[in-house]
Amino acid sequence: MSNHSAIETISTAEISPIKRASTLSANPELIYAAGAWAVSGVITLLWPNTQEFERTTDLAVLQWIFAALLLVVHVFRGQLAGLFRKLHYNAWRLVALAVLLSIWQVASAKLGLWPQPYFPPPQGVLDAYIKDYVRLADSIRASLILLFFGVGLGALAGFLTGLSTGWSPRVGYWTIPFLRLFGPVPATALIPIVLFVFPTSFSGGAFLVALATWFPVAVLTWSGVSSVDSSYYDVARTLGAKERFLLLKVAIPATLPHLFVGLFMALGGAISVLVVAEMLGVKAGLGFYLDWAQGWAAYGHLYGALIVMAVLFSGVTTLLFFVRDRVLVGQSGGVQW
Amino acid sequence: MVASALAQTSPETLARPSAGASLDIDNVSHAFNLDGSTLHVLDHVSFDVKPGEFVALLGPSGCGKSTLLRLIAGLEPPNAGALKVNGQTITGPDPSRVVVFQDPTLYPWRTVWRNVALGPEAQGKLKESRGRVDEAIDLVGLGQFSKAYPHQLSGGMAQRVALARALVNDPSILILDEPLGKLDSLTRLTMQSELVSLWQEKGFTAILVTHDVEEALFLSTRVIIFSNRPARIKADFEVDLPYPRHRGDPRLAELRHRSLAELGLDSTW
Ligand SMILES: Nc1ncnc2c1ncn2[C@@H]1O[C@H](COP(=O)(O)OP(=O)(O)OP(=O)(O)O)[C@@H](O)[C@H]1O
Ligand SMILES: [Mg+2]
Repeated sequence: MSNHSAIETISTAEISPIKRASTLSANPELIYAAGAWAVSGVITLLWPNTQEFERTTDLAVLQWIFAALLLVVHVFRGQLAGLFRKLHYNAWRLVALAVLLSIWQVASAKLGLWPQPYFPPPQGVLDAYIKDYVRLADSIRASLILLFFGVGLGALAGFLTGLSTGWSPRVGYWTIPFLRLFGPVPATALIPIVLFVFPTSFSGGAFLVALATWFPVAVLTWSGVSSVDSSYYDVARTLGAKERFLLLKVAIPATLPHLFVGLFMALGGAISVLVVAEMLGVKAGLGFYLDWAQGWAAYGHLYGALIVMAVLFSGVTTLLFFVRDRVLVGQSGGVQW
Repeated sequence: MVASALAQTSPETLARPSAGASLDIDNVSHAFNLDGSTLHVLDHVSFDVKPGEFVALLGPSGCGKSTLLRLIAGLEPPNAGALKVNGQTITGPDPSRVVVFQDPTLYPWRTVWRNVALGPEAQGKLKESRGRVDEAIDLVGLGQFSKAYPHQLSGGMAQRVALARALVNDPSILILDEPLGKLDSLTRLTMQSELVSLWQEKGFTAILVTHDVEEALFLSTRVIIFSNRPARIKADFEVDLPYPRHRGDPRLAELRHRSLAELGLDSTW
């Protein structure tokens, strides 16, 4: 039996590295961050504005509240361990954020270096949020619906195109020239046609977003299917697998990592088409909101909407990666986010 | 581990009448097309394997051993000659002839359990085979890893999963392409003993490709030695020693000298 002990030793090996419980450091980084935010609030309130700006006091109060929250988290780090660790890791970034906010504040409202009303101070953006949050929320909803609808449709079509192109040479004979010819045409170039061909601006917008998604997803899926290790098929075939099994249980799962890379690449293009389409014809959503704000010289609203866009689309991308990590258990995905 | 696993399992679950199949290889030649020129890999190879034999194939790297195994598995048809199992010509892959490839080739998106269950699932009999999947995983000593993913396994463990994935189909011919090549020497010795007990227990016909002369002699009832590419049979002899064998056996040493001489390595020994 002694020669079997080797296997026993291996069998009891750990499956994944166990995270060592890190001790909660009492390092004062979070206090620095709180201090930076408190100071930025002081700058906002006590340094006189060059002209009248609404919500200056409100902004200062918000900055102090945030500073206070950071302090609270620092003091109660025992109870709020998870939150503390996150904030503590980002403490210097929070300091930088306070500094940037103050530079913006000083340059626009305090010294008047940036011409008004084109570059309103942060309180101008705050004012836009407070006055116009209903319309902004509507725009977010409209953009998200159009985005998910278009990306979903385009991803499905792209996946099916790529899969059939890579799997069946007979399909590929027809799809490859089509992909080669129309794939590289930017979806934005079709906006003028699409907006009068489609019955509603929503369906036209969805089509454009889908088109922008379709090409990268199709190409990546296609190359994914073609690059599946042929030994994967050999293994399945010697175990009695038929064509259907090879497609559904070997080719598709082996291709999924490529599909997600394609989706990631497609998302950027899809979002840019989405915004342009909203500006030009859809008359709803964040792109339309930007266009509207610019038309009315509502610059606070303009920057406010841009910030919302950054957060929203970053969130959508994060969601995509979250889904990928759920779907691709056991497979290392290429792109990190 | 195998011995203990066998002891724990009730006899009726393991006593499956899966007597090995016979294999006739008749004048098989094979060539590949390499950049327009023809690469002859197998040159009129003929040998017959009796049911339940354990045949080891030895030969220089690149001579065509894996190619021969692919032909036996039915993954490719030979250019010339015929391969027959129990008298029937091989026309394609069949789960009664399972290959353990040189690489474990586990599916990274499947857990150990679902990798082992691949054969029954592909044949549409997963429901009735669940118990056998568990049994096969236990047999290779990976019971507590059934939910692990391949990237969480060591190389040796992955190779054992590949072995379990083959065994679960209860093959009548088990085709092994250097299945222990990547293991450390300790695990390797353990796995060799496990292979022998499995083979004795189940009675399948085994075809093993290996680079290791001692391994061939320790495991097999018969050794076939191939020449350089294109592979021709250079020697074919019985290893007429009872199991369990002892690595220090003087008769093994004698056979090893003979095998190394056939492989052209006698001057170094
Ligand atoms: N699909 C293929 N196309 C072209 N040539 C091939 C192909 N498969 C194998 N060969 C060639 O056939 C020869 C024999 O390959 P094979 O894999 O059978 O060798 P082997 O005896 O198993 O070697 P090793 O012991 O190193 O695994 C090699 O020279 C290889 O280059
Ligand atoms: Mg080989």
